[in-house]
Amino acid sequence: MPLTLADTLPADAPEQEYLWTLNFGPQHPATHTTLRLILTLDGEKVVDALPHIGYLHSGFEKLGEHLDFNQYVTIVDRMNYLSPLANEISWHHAVEKLLGIELTPRCKYVRTILAELMRLHDHLLNIGAVALDLGAFTAFLYAFEQRERIYDIVEYASGQRFHTSYTRVGGALFDVNEAWVERIRTFVKEFPQTHAEVHRLLTRNRIFIDRMKGIGMLSKEDAISFSATGPMARASGVVRDLRKDEPYLAYPDLDFQVICSDGCDCYARYLVRMQEMLESLKIIEQGIENIPAGPINLDVVSDQVLPAKPSVYRSIEGLIQHFEVLMPNRGFEVPHEEIYAATESPNGELGFYIVGNGTPRAYRARTRPPSYIHFAMFPHMIRGHQLSDVVAVLGSLNVIAAELDR
Amino acid sequence: MVDAAAIQQKTGAQPVESTFRDNRRWVVAAEHVYAVLQCLRDDHGFDMLVDITAVDYLETPDAADRYGVVYPLLNTDTGERLIVKTFVNDPDPELPTVTPLWRGANWMEREVYDMFGIRFAGHPDPRRILMPDEFVDFPLRKDYPLKGRGERHNFPVITRAES
Repeated sequence: MPLTLADTLPADAPEQEYLWTLNFGPQHPATHTTLRLILTLDGEKVVDALPHIGYLHSGFEKLGEHLDFNQYVTIVDRMNYLSPLANEISWHHAVEKLLGIELTPRCKYVRTILAELMRLHDHLLNIGAVALDLGAFTAFLYAFEQRERIYDIVEYASGQRFHTSYTRVGGALFDVNEAWVERIRTFVKEFPQTHAEVHRLLTRNRIFIDRMKGIGMLSKEDAISFSATGPMARASGVVRDLRKDEPYLAYPDLDFQVICSDGCDCYARYLVRMQEMLESLKIIEQGIENIPAGPINLDVVSDQVLPAKPSVYRSIEGLIQHFEVLMPNRGFEVPHEEIYAATESPNGELGFYIVGNGTPRAYRARTRPPSYIHFAMFPHMIRGHQLSDVVAVLGSLNVIAAELDR
Repeated sequence: MVDAAAIQQKTGAQPVESTFRDNRRWVVAAEHVYAVLQCLRDDHGFDMLVDITAVDYLETPDAADRYGVVYPLLNTDTGERLIVKTFVNDPDPELPTVTPLWRGANWMEREVYDMFGIRFAGHPDPRRILMPDEFVDFPLRKDYPLKGRGERHNFPVITRAES
């Protein structure tokens, strides 16, 4: 749709002839993926911004109504691709709450460790990309080096580096072993060094601070009114973390702190993310030393989990169980109920509103996408700033277009 | 814990309460939903609107109403959650906007309109958000097929000569 100038201007804009309209994106390196901003500029000052989204809309929620609870995990993966496993864990958390399944202790720990690895994964990319957009290339490379290690760990557990599709209702695709734990031990030992390097490069860097401090202010009242969650809200002084407030998985057993700041600007969000990485590392460290023994999946008698692959291939009981779960008229006993369940994903509260209707498919699978809700704040945060601040604010929002548009 | 009787006294709505797992839900009539949400926000500390979403009950055999609109709320001080739900029907599904109460409601309501065609009276920017402006259907309605209605095949393609 061609946009006329009148669409983009506030009705009471004075001296319209001095205002410029700049089309930012959808193909711009600093938008990271495909989103488009129509900026109204007064010189280099941003008077207003009009986000245009939907370029990556692919009907994920509609697909969720046609795929069963285990199949849809592959789609959920592709929402926030910076932390695919965190999405899977969140999706199955909601499904298991709907079905009333209590996981095995081992599965809880494995999922917790993976969720925290994904938080590192997300924050590393976010910090690296913000630095890259502001002209600091080195930190980006350091961050990506550690992300490779996380890919390796995830690949070892699931066989996939990126879109893992690792979790299943009531368990996981494969169990993990001692070698996997040993890999994480090595990672936990090496990671603080990279973190310190990034910290030294950026935190007291004069240029970086000048570009971040006092930019993109979001007061506590606005953060709550705009439904901000996660690092966005915590950097604005909202003390809220679902891992503490509504503990799930193994979080009640583990010792960690909720990182908050009252800086309210892009720099505060950077600091919160940096510090959260150390807390995540603490959780991982405790988690790997305390993984309980026992099965990772629920008892197969429960008729709700897929049996282990070797038993499907080598025994008739396993094969029968496999079909019992997969046949459309068997498997899950789904209540005719609706549920909202959320977890603390790296980006904020990732919730799912699932309506069950007795079949193994969701009648409605609504995602509460933190990227979408955070991006709605963008015009509010950028008004009155310079054009060069657009990339800083956009970076600190950590908008993932695939999750934004679904 | 917010009490349904207090809301009833203040707004005249009669919330029907139900609980599933840890989700606490109130079903209120569409004409009371704004007053109930306002009362919950102002008097009972539900300062965050977590989400707005809708469900199309077309394929549910015993459903009395076509669309359910869901407002999960959160009290950021106490961590209390409450889901307020209401129903609207064809031919004119319409609800009052809650953007005066929560600024974050703007995009959430736009998405519900975009996907379900439920209009929000008084919304400051009632345009489609994810689908293109010229799209006419509402994709998440149950009578809209998964593969679409041929939009993909009839999509206008600009050739190099025309551009």
